[in-house]
Amino acid sequence: MTDRITVDRTSHLELEHHEKTFLDSNELIINMGPQHPATHGVLRVILKLDGEKVLGTECVIGYLHRGVEKIAEHRTYTMFNPYVDRMDYVAAVSNGLGYCEAVEKLLNIEAPRRAQYIRVILTELNRLASHMLWLGTHALDIGAITPLFYTFRDREEILKIFEKYCGARLTTHAFRIGGCSYETYEGFEREVEKFLKFVAPKIGEYEELLTTNRIWVERTKDVGKISAKECIALGVTGPVLRASGVKWDLRKAQPYAAYPDFDFEIPVGENGDTYDRYIVRMQEMRQSLRIIEQAVGKIPDGPIMAKVAKVMKPPVGEIYHSIEAPKGELGYFIVSDGSTQPYRVRVRPPSFVNLQALDMMVRGALVADVIAVIGTLDIVLGEVDR
Amino acid sequence: MLDYITSYLKSDTTPGSAGNMFWAFVYIVLIFLGLSVAVIAMNWLERKILAHMQVRLGPMRVGPHGLLQPIADALKLLIKEDIMPSEADPFVFWVAPLIVVITAFTVFIVVPFGPAHAVTDMNIGVLFMLGVSSLSVLGVVMAGWASNSHYPLMGALRSSAQMVSYEIAMGLAVISAVLMTSLNAEGTGTLSMIGIVQAQQSQHVWFVFKFFPLGLIAFVIFAIAMVAETNRAPFDLPEAESELTAGFHTEYSGFRWSLFFLAEYSAMIAVSSIAVTLWLGGWMRPFPHALDGETWDLVFALVPGLTFLFLAAITFYSTARMPKHPFFKVQTIGLGGFGAVLALIGVVLFVPPVRDRVQDIFWFSAKVALSMYMYIWYRGTFPRYRFDQLMKVGWKVLLPLGIGVLVLTAVAGIVFA
Repeated sequence: MTDRITVDRTSHLELEHHEKTFLDSNELIINMGPQHPATHGVLRVILKLDGEKVLGTECVIGYLHRGVEKIAEHRTYTMFNPYVDRMDYVAAVSNGLGYCEAVEKLLNIEAPRRAQYIRVILTELNRLASHMLWLGTHALDIGAITPLFYTFRDREEILKIFEKYCGARLTTHAFRIGGCSYETYEGFEREVEKFLKFVAPKIGEYEELLTTNRIWVERTKDVGKISAKECIALGVTGPVLRASGVKWDLRKAQPYAAYPDFDFEIPVGENGDTYDRYIVRMQEMRQSLRIIEQAVGKIPDGPIMAKVAKVMKPPVGEIYHSIEAPKGELGYFIVSDGSTQPYRVRVRPPSFVNLQALDMMVRGALVADVIAVIGTLDIVLGEVDR
Repeated sequence: MLDYITSYLKSDTTPGSAGNMFWAFVYIVLIFLGLSVAVIAMNWLERKILAHMQVRLGPMRVGPHGLLQPIADALKLLIKEDIMPSEADPFVFWVAPLIVVITAFTVFIVVPFGPAHAVTDMNIGVLFMLGVSSLSVLGVVMAGWASNSHYPLMGALRSSAQMVSYEIAMGLAVISAVLMTSLNAEGTGTLSMIGIVQAQQSQHVWFVFKFFPLGLIAFVIFAIAMVAETNRAPFDLPEAESELTAGFHTEYSGFRWSLFFLAEYSAMIAVSSIAVTLWLGGWMRPFPHALDGETWDLVFALVPGLTFLFLAAITFYSTARMPKHPFFKVQTIGLGGFGAVLALIGVVLFVPPVRDRVQDIFWFSAKVALSMYMYIWYRGTFPRYRFDQLMKVGWKVLLPLGIGVLVLTAVAGIVFA
């Protein structure tokens, strides 16, 4: 296993002859991206090919680098809050939740119950939205164009709820350090419940198009396989890890927010291939619905903000707090020097860490599998580059 | 001269067979125009039908319901700058789209729209169609090679491998249909497109139902192979957008690109018409024997006119639903006019002499249109095959199946004839 993990990064770019085969062919180096329809933004993958077979890959990232972590050092804790939404822009609520909870832990305060319930509902809605976007684009990469439009139609309903709640659809900035900045709007519960009723059959609709589709199964079964051991060695988290059979979900393993109150399961796969990852994510969508259903029925009354000083000056120290974002473990490591601005903020983005597994998953596969695997890793380049 | 022109009208064969060059030329022009209109219509229909399958509207801006969109697109393509990559091989780059488009159009010489409605009737009709249409792979390879770029080259390689592989399964399916034509008193089969339809007529069965389920299996093999042959979803690997950006025509733009587009759609129509001719009874109306007699003849003769009136009715309904704002006045009038044209065509199709002449053409076109709809439907439903899986389907599934059907058809022919 170890020799597969220590990838020789220097050899990729040079044309060299590997062992001669019966029909010997020349190696070909292809640049996939940064302007390529299937790399989900500006990922550039350098592929070394033997015909259609992939001999090696190298990811070139940084085309979307905005220096988010550096910006944090020049902003107060409150001012940095909207910036985290711009990392994983399809799951902005999760990013905000992770940051707010990390700072709250540093300040040693806790958000009120009501705020925590609202946080759970919005975060799970965001997980649904993120998975829907993943499903649509992943299916599109594999050639099924129709699911994209179905998922975008339904994601729209989630975005409408966000818009009504906080005025923004994508980069929501829904939470504040110490709670939520907005009270739920009139009829929020009713609207969320209506959405749950609307979306439950829709998930079946997506599955109808894909789950038993022969071509879909052939394209995804045994493609981009990764074992649990390799996942752990590379630090891969989220649905990718769970599809390999590891029952690791931070919502259960290190409960945060109001998650201990809810009853839900962690879907786990067996083979760690693209099909299992698809199934795991589909089941996760259903579990999210379950969590929202439980939460929306019993939002407690009370304040939505804890008592937080106007000028935040956390004590000297450091904190690492991680949550289960739709794509995996999203961690914030914050070092405070006692001033109003963080000394250092380091983000552990799930996309960036999961992207490492790409090379291992596609070696020896075909070009078409590279596309499928990039899709199944569910990366967002804003989060990879930060 | 006039005698030469009018002399053909008395004969009941194709102009090519009658040796009348004037009418052959007229037919060629008609087919060329008809095909161009069909491609334009297909462009609009595909976008609209696919859009409605995907809960969106499709083109709506250019003209009422986007009816003028294909024309706007064609105009845009024509006035675009003609770009040739500096590293490309100029001559090959220039000639590749021509080869593709010429082969795609040439095959229509033998397509029988009716017992006398074809440019000519060759005694090797099916072979001619398969042979000429498979020449287009040459153009594809040349385009990929001449572009001197990675993605087009890979697209061209995929495309040529795919077209060559599926041609074999396709050929086997065709042979089993040709075998069926020999089940007559003389025991002589035919490769002529018109002869094949006449064989179905004399045997009182469409070949898709002959020796059930052998004919059906052969038809399905052909139906799958023809989608692969024309590089359409779910076999659209050469143009796999998510993998190879645009495949072999990545470097092409403007008018040259539009030639590839034109060729793709006319190739789709061409293979669909082979399928219709060989298995779906060509120009014959449904149930020509089961529902025989004067009354049924009349009922089916009215269908073309009624179809156009139905289309006109839909158009008028849409016209009535157009927004009442003065901004949409021109569009509303245009849509109404379009409906009126359709209604007029429908009414003209009821006139007895016209009715009798266009019947064959109508039924043939309707069957081809159905096949084209299936193309769009596949595209809306299926993901894309991977290259090795595509080859697996071609060589390990369709080829043995084709051989099996061929042998069984031969056996059935001996046993039942």
